Amino acid sequence: MMLSNIGMTHFLCLSAVLFTLGVFGIFLNRRNVIIILMSIELMLLAVQINFVTFSARLHDLTGQVFAMFVLTVAAAEAAIGLAILVCFFRNKDSIAVEDISTLKG
Amino acid sequence: MIEAIFFYLFSAILVLSALMVITAKNPVHAVLFLILAFFNAAALFVMLGAEFIAMTLVIVYVGAVAVLFLFVVMMLDINFAALRKGMKKHLPVGGAVGLLLLGELLWIYKSWTPSMFAEQSAASPMPEGVTNTHALGQVLYTQYLYPFETAGLILLVAMIGAITLTLRRRGDVRRQNVSDQVARNPKDVIKVVKVASGAGVEL
Repeated sequence: MMLSNIGMTHFLCLSAVLFTLGVFGIFLNRRNVIIILMSIELMLLAVQINFVTFSARLHDLTGQVFAMFVLTVAAAEAAIGLAILVCFFRNKDSIAVEDISTLKG
Repeated sequence: MIEAIFFYLFSAILVLSALMVITAKNPVHAVLFLILAFFNAAALFVMLGAEFIAMTLVIVYVGAVAVLFLFVVMMLDINFAALRKGMKKHLPVGGAVGLLLLGELLWIYKSWTPSMFAEQSAASPMPEGVTNTHALGQVLYTQYLYPFETAGLILLVAMIGAITLTLRRRGDVRRQNVSDQVARNPKDVIKVVKVASGAGVEL
């Protein structure tokens, strides 16, 4: 692995920065569901970088296998999330988060 | 040396495009920056020796997920300016939580090293002399067969869910309903009436 020249910590810090940006994006775009979904994708990407970094460092393929499962879940989540969004927009003509309160009772 | 240059190049573009994703005014630009971020993450995965994951990332994220986002952003007529209203208000809290989280994570990574036995206790050690894709295939279809099947099941459920959520019966469009047509019985719908000469027929 080429990792020896760069070091695991660099990749882990990059993933930490990316994850933080995802969390920050959720806080910053509290009203826009589409950007929130994209922020979740960013966080999942950071998790994947973490998995693959450990996989390369420990010479263990499990990390890469689990990165694939994260990829699957991310794809499923995007599909379902956007379907719900389209459905909601048809009914309410809006995607603002504060309008999504019908289930509150 | 050259690896370090490439690492910093890719990670700088990755972080900057992630920043643009969450701050872009136009959501179409946000999606395009998301695609750029995925490409750079794929390049980093190649640097880590995980070629298969890198290519899957490009195919799945750029080819499917990002295009899905692009479709939704372009199809729905949304007033994005109104959605950005509370942004300044949320900036301090979000920034504080983000910095706290980042500080904690970096603090952990600074002082943490894997155990010296971690490599020996690997669940599926990387075999020597085979490509990454080959090695991944060898464990994915044997050791991780059931999780792999479950992942397929999750995708199936997601597909069915997305279709049922977005499928709708529109009242203003007349569609051919084959099962209704086939189930139609002549006895129920046809009436043979003997008409007396000069008298009308009651319909």
